[in-house]
Amino acid sequence: MQVTSSIREPLITGGKTVRDVSEDISRQVEGKPTQLWWIAMGISLVLFTFGFYCICTLLWEGVGVWGLNKTIGWAWDITNFVWWVGIGHAGTLISAILLLFRQKWRMSINRAAEAMTIFAVICAATFPFAHMGRLWLGFYWVFPLPNTWGSLWANFNSPLLWDVFAISTYFSVSLVFWYMGLIPDFAVIRDRAVRQGHKMRANIYNALSFGWDGAARTWSRYESVALILAGLSTPLVLSVHTIVSMDFATSVVPGWHATIFPPYFVAGAIFSGFAMVLTLLIITRKVFKLEDYITIYHIELMNIVIIITGSIVGIAYITEFFIAWYGQVPAEQYAFFNRMQGPYWWAYASMMTCNVISPQLFWFKKIRTNIVATFVLSIIVNIGMWFERFVIIATSLHRDYLPSSWSMFHPTIYDMGEYIFTFGLFFSAFLLFAKFFPVINMAEVKSIIKSSSEKKH
Amino acid sequence: MESNKNFVVGIFDDEDILLHAVENIREKGLKIHEVYSPFPVHGLDDALGYKRSRLPIAAFMFGATGTSLALLMQIWMLGYDWPMIIGGKNHASLPPFIPVTFELTVLLAAFGMVGTFFIASDMKPYKWPRQFDLRSTDDKHVMAVDLAANKMSKDEISTLLKSSGASEVNEKNF
Repeated sequence: MQVTSSIREPLITGGKTVRDVSEDISRQVEGKPTQLWWIAMGISLVLFTFGFYCICTLLWEGVGVWGLNKTIGWAWDITNFVWWVGIGHAGTLISAILLLFRQKWRMSINRAAEAMTIFAVICAATFPFAHMGRLWLGFYWVFPLPNTWGSLWANFNSPLLWDVFAISTYFSVSLVFWYMGLIPDFAVIRDRAVRQGHKMRANIYNALSFGWDGAARTWSRYESVALILAGLSTPLVLSVHTIVSMDFATSVVPGWHATIFPPYFVAGAIFSGFAMVLTLLIITRKVFKLEDYITIYHIELMNIVIIITGSIVGIAYITEFFIAWYGQVPAEQYAFFNRMQGPYWWAYASMMTCNVISPQLFWFKKIRTNIVATFVLSIIVNIGMWFERFVIIATSLHRDYLPSSWSMFHPTIYDMGEYIFTFGLFFSAFLLFAKFFPVINMAEVKSIIKSSSEKKH
Repeated sequence: MESNKNFVVGIFDDEDILLHAVENIREKGLKIHEVYSPFPVHGLDDALGYKRSRLPIAAFMFGATGTSLALLMQIWMLGYDWPMIIGGKNHASLPPFIPVTFELTVLLAAFGMVGTFFIASDMKPYKWPRQFDLRSTDDKHVMAVDLAANKMSKDEISTLLKSSGASEVNEKNF
């Protein structure tokens, strides 16, 4: 058995016992929602309702209600889509890649991060759905189903179709991975409900846990399922943003047509995802009093991932510029010059400040172990990553080949409304999750209590 | 579920004590029905003499099915059923079919394996498991010994469990 190393900081503080883990995590599922929860839920639902109105208008009137024009045919919708998909990547990285690398610090944060992945992918999916206009026909356009146009099939040469397959596979496999992790924890709540005499709760959580028994044989199978799901999810998560980047990279638009896109997008996705995990978990640990489970050490490690991925993103920006100059293609050179000096310079400057400069502050231990600084920087990083996508998408399009078709993009209330809708959806889904599901993986945390918790003195 | 099954149930507080106890008890020739734990205990399946799970093989088979189905579907649809020239390429060219093939491989492997796991472990939403002790999902490791499957008497088994480190020994009838 493992012995606590004196070099490593304990992952669980406060001298918790195995029993305390069940107690601390199950308590918020069993209790009534707090006033703070209701307030947050109320705000989320207001955002959701306003956004829903905007989506209904969009579906009724058509895509014309957005601020798109002939030159800029893709703007906020695809920016938001890529932004949300990117955010989702951190959850899979934490639960799958860190599992393969046997990183134990993932255990306190993987549940919430995976939940974030699932909700973020749902939010992302609303944009292509809304953009399809007649979304009830969308299934015929995106899936190879027999249809009324003879048997004209979907075009498998199109990166947009690859995207459909990548995102839907990513969503469903992440959902299964997340749910598998929840099963033993639902059984904890079930058995507590039996002991407390809550019949209905016991039955609901038993159904949710699929009648989990915790037998050694089941655990042994369960562990091999978890390992293989991690092994499958790892290339899957890398493929998803690779394919998202191919939506642009396979085109011939200067500024999009770059082979550096797949690794650059994946690094950016993990960068923004970790920022969102931090934003959410800093609030969650405070509201649910989980400071002993999600410690400063966890936050510091996530900040280190942000330094690494943020630096990769920075290098990618510089490489793009260098290649644009070195490649000597005038259109390509102009596209990048225009990003920096053109009418969208402010978007470019925001992107550079938020993504390249701000994460470098985490080199200072004082900053990366400070909760307020981390919270602020995590939001700045996500603003920066939104601007990155906007810069790539809108500024590459707005200077078309003919100066007569040059244009600017002005978002309408409906562009903003749909973005607001996804925030309402995301936060209300996360709040529901945090109330009804255990926010920390109890079984995994219990397994490290002996080897990596602060002992009672 | 069979009626009138009598079990001796040993409760263990610590996973290391449990692991030694399992080895000790099996050496003495006692057959353990099953051990229930709140979290996976590494080495417990080996100590109990369980074979390695064959779920990886199932995952591979489902994955291979996904690969073949995806390739066949794309080649048949775009190459034979409704051939179209897209970008001047061959009707059925392999490279653009790889992303969808990869995704469907992962999709089928993941869902097939998880489905197999539920079937193999006999887990269903409407089924209640046999619960020897409700603390087995909280903080105790619970070892169940089937009386009918062993020659030893109830008292002998209790003594053996106690001497191996069980903090409590109970009886449970189903």
